[in-house]
Amino acid sequence: MEIFSARDGGVRVWLSAGEVELLRLLTTQVIDLMGDDRKDQPQRSVMDELEALFEEGPAPQPPTDPVLARLLPDAYQEDPEAAGEFRKYTERSLREAKKYFAQTLLDTLPDNGGRVKLTPDQARDWMRAINDVRLMWGIKLEVTEEFEDQLAALDPEDPKVATFEVYGWLGAVQESLVHALARR
Amino acid sequence: MSVAPAEVDLPRIEHESVPDKPWITIVWNDPINLMSYVTYVFEHVFGYPRPKAEKLMLDVHHKGKAVVASGTREAMERNVEVLHGYGLWATVRQDV
Repeated sequence: MEIFSARDGGVRVWLSAGEVELLRLLTTQVIDLMGDDRKDQPQRSVMDELEALFEEGPAPQPPTDPVLARLLPDAYQEDPEAAGEFRKYTERSLREAKKYFAQTLLDTLPDNGGRVKLTPDQARDWMRAINDVRLMWGIKLEVTEEFEDQLAALDPEDPKVATFEVYGWLGAVQESLVHALARR
Repeated sequence: MSVAPAEVDLPRIEHESVPDKPWITIVWNDPINLMSYVTYVFEHVFGYPRPKAEKLMLDVHHKGKAVVASGTREAMERNVEVLHGYGLWATVRQDV
């Protein structure tokens, strides 16, 4: 059964209170992760940011945390200098963009469950926000393309089972949202 | 009577003036992004018709990567920025 439906040029979905709570929790994790700045650096003013752009110095390094490295990947694979330069100019806005998509989702969730009506732009923000959640948990769970086999191989008592099931549910939500947007 | 051959200046080929090879945007396979999602992103971001978007998605899936666009370095960097916003694993380089 489809979760999302195409309607009036946009998409609609009905979510239970539990699903809303889960989406809120997971999306907030992405916002926290995208933070304002790297935790290891002091807060900087706009002027500091501007000066930093013209500073000659070592280019920023890719994140060492695997989830951050996947959400904020290098743009150049075999050229660390170009990758660092690109990161210097774009990482901050990419973090802001990801927070914006997540915030759209949070702002349009019905408080205690219910119907959601999304414009195509809002639906694409949801799509990107849900994808970031899937990337975050997919990396943490080290999922492969044989995700179903990984889940089946787990001991039913393993606490990871619940997380894998949430990851699977997010995949179904995402698939349905993509189809509804494409059908619109 | 004969006419001495005119001195002709042959155009000199300077390698430096050969136009740069185009830059390319590459998307890499990963086990998390859904096939339907990647297809939708290619359609929406690049305006590719569904069959082309699907073929590129399948190339990424089966071959591990695909060149999804080519052009100036600036345009390819903009693509990569947009694709990173969609959570696709994209890189840019000059074509070889």
